Amino acid sequence: MNQINQSGWKPGTPVPTDRGGDHPTATGNRALMLEEPLLFELGTSETCGVDLPEPDAQAANRLGPLARKSAIGLPGLSEPETVRHYTRLSRQNYAIDLGLFPLGSCTMKHNPRLNEKVARMPGFADVHPLQPVDTVRGALGVINELAHWLIELTGMHGVAMSPKAGAHGELCGMLCIRAALEARGDARRVVLVPESAHGTNPATAAFAGYEVEDIPAAEDGRVDLAALKARLGPDVAAVMITNPNTCGLFERDMKAISDAVHAAGGFVYCDGANFNAIMGRVRPGDLGVDAMHINLHKTFSTPHGGGGPGSGPVVLSEALSPYGPLPFTARIRDGSIELVEEENADQFGHTHSFGRMAAFHGQMGMFTRALAYILSHGADGLRQASGDAVLNANYLLRSLDDVLDAPFGKAGPCMHEALFSDHGFAEGVTTLDVAKGLIDEGFHPMTMYFPLVVHGAMLVEPTETESKATLDQFIGALRSLAERAKAGDEDLKSAPHHAPRARLDEAQAARRPVLAYPELENT
Amino acid sequence: MRYLPLTETDRRAMPKKIGALSIDTLFADVPPEHYLDGPIEGLPLHASEMAVERHMRALSKQNLAAADAPFFLGAGAYRHHVPATVDHIIQRGEFLTAYTPYQPEIAQGTLQMLFEFQTQVARLYGCAVANASMYDGSTACWEAIVMAARLTKRHRVLMSGGVHPHYVSVAQTMAHFTPGHVDYELPVLCSSPGDDKLIARIDEETSCVVVQYPDVMGRIPDLPRIAEAAHAAGALLIVVNTEPVALGALEAPGKLGADIVVGEGQALGVGLQFGGPYLGLFAITNPKHVRQMPGRLCGETADADGKRGFVLTLSTREQHIRREKATSNICTNSGLCALAFSVHMTLLGEKGLTALAAENHRLAGLAADRLGKVPGVSVLNESFFNEFTLVLSKETRPLVRELAAKGILAGVSLGRLFPDGEGRENGLLVTLTETTSEEDIEALAAALEEALA
Amino acid sequence: MPRYFTEEHEWIDVDGDSATIGITDYAQGQLGDVVFVETPQAGTQLGKGAEAAVVESVKAASEVYAPISGTVTEGNATLEDEPELVNSSPEEDGWFFRLTVADAAELEGLMDEAAYKAFCEGLD
Repeated sequence: MNQINQSGWKPGTPVPTDRGGDHPTATGNRALMLEEPLLFELGTSETCGVDLPEPDAQAANRLGPLARKSAIGLPGLSEPETVRHYTRLSRQNYAIDLGLFPLGSCTMKHNPRLNEKVARMPGFADVHPLQPVDTVRGALGVINELAHWLIELTGMHGVAMSPKAGAHGELCGMLCIRAALEARGDARRVVLVPESAHGTNPATAAFAGYEVEDIPAAEDGRVDLAALKARLGPDVAAVMITNPNTCGLFERDMKAISDAVHAAGGFVYCDGANFNAIMGRVRPGDLGVDAMHINLHKTFSTPHGGGGPGSGPVVLSEALSPYGPLPFTARIRDGSIELVEEENADQFGHTHSFGRMAAFHGQMGMFTRALAYILSHGADGLRQASGDAVLNANYLLRSLDDVLDAPFGKAGPCMHEALFSDHGFAEGVTTLDVAKGLIDEGFHPMTMYFPLVVHGAMLVEPTETESKATLDQFIGALRSLAERAKAGDEDLKSAPHHAPRARLDEAQAARRPVLAYPELENT
Repeated sequence: MRYLPLTETDRRAMPKKIGALSIDTLFADVPPEHYLDGPIEGLPLHASEMAVERHMRALSKQNLAAADAPFFLGAGAYRHHVPATVDHIIQRGEFLTAYTPYQPEIAQGTLQMLFEFQTQVARLYGCAVANASMYDGSTACWEAIVMAARLTKRHRVLMSGGVHPHYVSVAQTMAHFTPGHVDYELPVLCSSPGDDKLIARIDEETSCVVVQYPDVMGRIPDLPRIAEAAHAAGALLIVVNTEPVALGALEAPGKLGADIVVGEGQALGVGLQFGGPYLGLFAITNPKHVRQMPGRLCGETADADGKRGFVLTLSTREQHIRREKATSNICTNSGLCALAFSVHMTLLGEKGLTALAAENHRLAGLAADRLGKVPGVSVLNESFFNEFTLVLSKETRPLVRELAAKGILAGVSLGRLFPDGEGRENGLLVTLTETTSEEDIEALAAALEEALA
Repeated sequence: MPRYFTEEHEWIDVDGDSATIGITDYAQGQLGDVVFVETPQAGTQLGKGAEAAVVESVKAASEVYAPISGTVTEGNATLEDEPELVNSSPEEDGWFFRLTVADAAELEGLMDEAAYKAFCEGLD
């Protein structure tokens, strides 16, 4: 084995807590916190929350021999039961609407409700992707207007709007690179990825058919330019760099990196997950980037929705734009931006596309939300947002670096996230314990054990959404937890004590997976 | 700017407190020649909520909404009535603005919902295990193909001509960059889905046979026969479903021999939204294959005090741990769309889904009978659920545009889906759901009569 | 029966031309609760350093490499249902696989127990 458990994350079997011992209730409920059974324990096959016509036995059946004969096993609930079931469940979730959600690299910013309102306008929500083009000019207008903003904000040439999420965008960018290399008959095999990268980077490079090699980091947490240059050669197709990187630092040498990669015949992919730090402050296109995805669900405030949907448009350099997937948004000769699909690809000269990545046009519902967000901010507001995000992160970093180890904190300011390690915690107290302690304090934990290059990493991204008062309260909570961690506070090891559940047994879940409710009851 | 809580006083005082001169100096690592010292020129400045809403409404009004016309489009995206409860629940901030449930103690709402969703999908598909969703049907289909290659260690993918052409296109694109290769022949304008020809092309190199059920022309392939032939050759059967409501009336693919069932879940709860975000469904019949599955999985466990709870599990398959050895690079799923699907399915239940499917099928039967009587129109399908193909006496693409100009959204011309002709240009794919009225059918019939006269 | 150790935290018991291989107590402690083990099938030919098995905890996955060349005679089937044996009995019941030793000379240069103990102390 090599590099056993580099990040140091090893959740053990959780220790029983003493709660529940105090003032037990007959129902298990605790006033406003209500226990909720599974749908399969509540519903029946004869309950229905929708009024529908009774099936007409006389209607001719054209289903053929595979018409259904057996029961499916789907319980139903009436409308009031449905509303209660999901409302009760919702109350067991933490959310941005409740408070600070400082997940590093996730950019959990406020989700404006105007976005939700415009996405539900019938002209966007109730149009079919295959309607004749003349009936959807406004929808195409949204795509083009958003595309224009993304191109201008990044200083790039074209943008592929269809990728469904960040990782899908990465794949899009890497396939553009591969198509461009194939077009010039260049069979390069290797993609260089820093160890600090998001896991999606190496996974994407591998999915696109490349061998992945690490790029070493320098002492200061940035890419080691000299080592990178030494590794470049005729076998390197691309480097994938996150900028600002996952240690929360701007890659100062980005332009030099790009120049070196280009000189060696390769391309530069930039992971744009952290674009929120630099939006309106510096344009990746000016730094030599060839492709970069933009997470609309991070930087441009479309809701995370408990894990998705996302949206990951990819901006492309002039060299890569001809290979972008269909449908594609391109700057045509007169400077205007057009949506190119299979049927008009010839007309717009977009004939080298590597193909299609998903059905239809991409995440339209996210485009309308992102555009509403961008128009609300304008060029000035977006620049102010990145400034506030970086200010908030530095304020946290400097208010905590006397009680928490900040491995790269000495070198200078961070970008939009502050990185700490578990160095200095008492024996037996871990990053996980501090994270769970934050839950009791009423905050969502930070990103933990990432990036892998820092042991027991805690990556804190406050975003521009937080007021100074909220930051001060969070700093107070984290200072207290840091002190308890250093003192070896036993109570911290079984936190959280006030959440709907104590620590869950993840080992049990993985050893003997139960992934569906076993059998239907009440039917 | 209404979304930014820091005051100008904060913006001056906070840098000072941490030893910086200003916000700009915090960007000292950006080379000065590339630092933008003001808003990018040529782009508009911030705008009020009212102004933005006005702008977006103007764009929205340039589109013809489905509710404003007799509407017959399907082909992978379906318009059903979504109960008001669904939209209310997905707009609860605790669901809408939560992240992926990586901290299970404060994410049981999302996790229990996902566990219920996985169970609903597994049952609907007749499978043992379903995951917590993929981006959409087309990408789920490709992921299933990759999973089949991992399990069989073979690389030839046999795709039926009845699979949605966008799904085929995604598979062909991805196969170009991976060891797989896709064997696909365009569909023939014919009443049967061509099962015999497909079966004849299965060989010992085939990793999987991909069949859509019902297919893109609304036909219903004989899954048990295809499954038997695929399994005899050591290949897996992947069944694609783009209309989950159909499974209220048709037998579940998992019970008919499918090994992997994938599909588009948009029809329940999600809405049309011009193509996205949608909901990829992914399920398998053999639970032993679960470690080869892509995407997030939610599992049941207990907390330290013995209370039932749920967690994301088997995550060592995934990119954030396995990196370049992951089963997929997927990270984000379609969580909120999965919630919408699950709430809609909960409101329907077995009884409602069965009734909804019956109503869709009844209307489709009425429409097939009525439209088939229009001179110059014939119904292609022997069997169908809520979608069928008409063959017209002239090319349908211009005709569909002509009818759209008259305010009728007549269906999807096969010429739009398959631009290569061979008779398909005269095909029109027509879909009926509970949202279509008998008056709408009459309006389409009259318009076709006039256009074909 | 001599027991050897590698710097990759594997132990090897050699009995004639048969070797039994597992991961060390130190390694299981670093991993945390083991939830899944994939062992090689009998008949698999492994070169020295080849990927032989996978061991997973909740949040980490590691490859186990063949410390010497040989042909696999048996994987530990018990681990399929009871991966926790790797935690409770890493150096006995939690063994991973057995192979026939192809080249005994490859054992030279591996550590004995005392050397491995010193090696681990140097890591902390």
